[in-house]
Amino acid sequence: MKYLPLIWAGLWRKKARTIFTMLSIVVAFLLFGLLQGINQGFNTVVQNLDVDRLYVTAKTNLTDGLPIAYASRIKAVPGVRQLSYWTYFAGYYQDSRNPIPAFATDPTALFDIYKDLKIKPEYLQAMQRTRTGVLINEQLAAKYHWKLGDRIPLGTSIWTNKDGSNTWNFDVVGIFDSSALGAGFPGFYLNQSYFDEAAAFGRGTVHYYIVAIDDPAQATAVSQRIDALFANSTNETRTQTESALAQMQLKQLGDINFIVNAIVGAVLFTLLFLTANTMMQSVRERTGELAVLKTLGFSDGKVLSLVLIESLALCVFAAAVGIALAATAFPLLKPIFGKFQMPGIVVAMGAGLALLLAFVSGFAPAWRARQLNIVDALAGR
Amino acid sequence: MSALVTLRNVTKSYTRGKQKVEVLHGVDLQIESGEFLALMGPSGSGKTTTLNLIAGLDQPTGGEVEVSGSRIDRLARGALADWRARNIGFIFQFYNLLPVLTAEANVEVPLLLTDLSRSERRRRVQIALQLVGLADRAKHKPNELSGGQQQRVAIARAIVADPTLLVCDEPTGDLDRQNAEEIMNLLKALNRTQGKTIVMVTHDPRAAEYASRELHLDKGKLAKEEVRHVA
Amino acid sequence: MKTFRQIGAVTLMNLRSLPQRLGTSAVIVIGIAGVVAVLVSVLAMSTGMLKTLTQAGAEDRVIVLRNGSASEMGSNLGRDAVRLIADAPGIKRDAEGRPLASVETLRLVNLFKQSDGSEVMVTLRGVGPQVLAVRPEMKIIEGRMFRPAVNEIIVGKAAKAQFRNMNLGDQITTRGATWTVVGVFSSDGSSHESELIADAETVNGADQRSGFTSVIARLESPQAFQKFKDALSSNPALAVDVSRERDYYERQSETIGKVISVVAYVVGGIMAIGAIFGALNTMYSAVSERLREIATLRALGFGATAMVISVLVEALLLAFIGGAIGAALAWLFFNGHVVGTTAGGVNGHLIFELTVSAQLITTGIVWACVIGLIGGLFPAVRAARLPVVEALRAV
Repeated sequence: MKYLPLIWAGLWRKKARTIFTMLSIVVAFLLFGLLQGINQGFNTVVQNLDVDRLYVTAKTNLTDGLPIAYASRIKAVPGVRQLSYWTYFAGYYQDSRNPIPAFATDPTALFDIYKDLKIKPEYLQAMQRTRTGVLINEQLAAKYHWKLGDRIPLGTSIWTNKDGSNTWNFDVVGIFDSSALGAGFPGFYLNQSYFDEAAAFGRGTVHYYIVAIDDPAQATAVSQRIDALFANSTNETRTQTESALAQMQLKQLGDINFIVNAIVGAVLFTLLFLTANTMMQSVRERTGELAVLKTLGFSDGKVLSLVLIESLALCVFAAAVGIALAATAFPLLKPIFGKFQMPGIVVAMGAGLALLLAFVSGFAPAWRARQLNIVDALAGR
Repeated sequence: MSALVTLRNVTKSYTRGKQKVEVLHGVDLQIESGEFLALMGPSGSGKTTTLNLIAGLDQPTGGEVEVSGSRIDRLARGALADWRARNIGFIFQFYNLLPVLTAEANVEVPLLLTDLSRSERRRRVQIALQLVGLADRAKHKPNELSGGQQQRVAIARAIVADPTLLVCDEPTGDLDRQNAEEIMNLLKALNRTQGKTIVMVTHDPRAAEYASRELHLDKGKLAKEEVRHVA
Repeated sequence: MKTFRQIGAVTLMNLRSLPQRLGTSAVIVIGIAGVVAVLVSVLAMSTGMLKTLTQAGAEDRVIVLRNGSASEMGSNLGRDAVRLIADAPGIKRDAEGRPLASVETLRLVNLFKQSDGSEVMVTLRGVGPQVLAVRPEMKIIEGRMFRPAVNEIIVGKAAKAQFRNMNLGDQITTRGATWTVVGVFSSDGSSHESELIADAETVNGADQRSGFTSVIARLESPQAFQKFKDALSSNPALAVDVSRERDYYERQSETIGKVISVVAYVVGGIMAIGAIFGALNTMYSAVSERLREIATLRALGFGATAMVISVLVEALLLAFIGGAIGAALAWLFFNGHVVGTTAGGVNGHLIFELTVSAQLITTGIVWACVIGLIGGLFPAVRAARLPVVEALRAV
């Protein structure tokens, strides 16, 4: 645009002021990008959880568990493709400061349902052959230096072994890659059959049934069918999509949305003052120059636009830098959230906020510039 | 031949707070094309106000202001701005260059309001700077130029769009004697060789000597007129 | 002495001209108010959470869990074990010689929030018959205590305020039983007020589990702890972890407390950097607006130190006001604000109030002053260093 030199001139009249204001905006939008990005990221991760997986838990509370006898009945429900289950084991390695969230399961079916888990087929076969076998993920293997073939003793504070001890011995028969699902996904699996056989109590109970369905559109229908099977029994079920369950658990963590929005709101509000003040100061100092422009024939409207565009240039450029910085931080969060990048919606929100900031802080000064009376301004009044 | 500028019974008053101040009490004057007119008078006589009215920076309370056949007292603010861009070149006492722009960028500003292409704008800027003798200082910023040089850049800016009328408000007010002479010579040359019509407000009698006609204002009315030979 | 008088004079001049610079000064005040408000509000979460948890831990009470348990709910003690524990030396006894110990078992039940109907997992605590003697701070404030061997429960004050079906006469369904609410209890604002309480044997009977999660007992005196602990650790039939109740709850909140602190300081830190830029902007502007005045003073002989200190004092004053406003806002909006989370270090939903403590307010104001100092430093130095001749010419 040919007016660029004029806008540039306006911005850089006081270098230090413009730089500090820009830096403040960069910082504010960096924070916005990080917070809102993480917030939306939670939502996205939850929403991206496949709706072709259902979780069946005890209706009264998931810790009450369901009979393993339900397995064949659930598997037979129309629309069910595959079935696995988890029984929470809660072990620790050497002492309780190293908790290992372990699950007893049907590994072959589990890895069929969670195709994002990468494992060699021979390990799954080894699990079927080895009663005391366990599959562990790469993070755990690295953390405790466990290798294939190792014998691992795990302590547990809940499940007493039939032989009366608190220690269970396991053999590592396979290592898998669960990085695509993030650090929160369970990484230690033992055979349900071993657990059932060796536990002194709690046998025949599982905490979650994991159901893979043929058609995601049928999720609600299949859920209702499963729950109907066991309605009015002593062990009623609640079936929901994995996404719904995750959302419920996330919600119980706290109202993260509110916290993020409150902080972002506070940041942007305080920023508004800074930017508005900068623009106002700038226009006030340039009263003479703006009057000259009007003398030369720049209309009131043009002068208003010049100031607004200045404000826009300042805010949008700095905001873009801030959000770009935030975006570069996201790959660093991969170990925690799995495949995760700055959601596009955050960039859109950021752009919108930058525009809003530019207009609100630039409007009063721009109007003032527009209303400048040439004669008075030139005379210094 | 009708005059380039005609003022008919022009009055102007301001309201300052609760007081009404009358600055011009019925001024009649005519300026021919190609004239170099000096407007003089004591402080408060209304000379700057008259200049502002001729340049379309302000509008009269009563009476008519006609420039190049247009009744500019009838134009709305937006139309007036347009008109100024096309017809007037203004030179101020304190130069009023934009401090962050170079000399040539400053001179280019009036051309931004036209439809000229970038290369065409550049060409005209070069010509204007050459005319005022500052082509070699094109890339300098105002704070790198002396007072006299800044005023010459301002003059270049005033003529770059080839306006009908050059309007000057105390052009030598902030300059020393030598620089003042240079500027006045330049203005005279523009008037003689380029045929530019110039209206100048000044209280410096030495500057007024360069003009072809002097008009004196006193208390908002024309008081004295002096016609000079073109020396 | 002369320096002090100089400083005083210049500072006073600065401050008196402050009203003319209201607009730019407001920038520091508001910017810092924002930082402090956010910092204090977020930290108020961990302060409040910790307070609620440690309220539950009395000086003279112990909690015994199975060896290696990460938390109460992850523990499992058999009937024989709990009998041995309850009989150990060091436990206070009542007039009839019975040990003041409550053998407890925990469950999680699904309840629904009053506010939006969302489902949360809440702790149901089965307790022993001595519970009110073991926990004297627990008081029935509505209705009555439950009767043993009947499916009756009492609900905590906070639970009643947050969840549906918590009124006297309402019913809750768990695996194997339906419970009637017969009373409401308070417990000094501790985490127990987020719980439902019933008789332990009745709870076990309902879903046919045996075994308990924990034993909570009152000691003869806080000093009796070691005696008690030694007795249990030297018993070969027992594999238990013994802690003072207060230590147990502090440990439980450690992780989440750290997470909140990290978030608070990272966010606060980033905001502070932004505020520093804002402060630099304001103070630079303040200095350049008064360039002529400063130059004149220096030409008259006022020393550099006086200049520096006067600018810093102005920056500090504005920062302090900003910090005070920020802390006040945090207190106004969030002190006492009720929040619930499952990340509170106990397995069930923990309800607590954000607490803007005096310590937090102090922290906030300290941050404010640091920001003000940093933001004022460079402009202050500039005011002192600017060559006088240049300064007089620059205006």
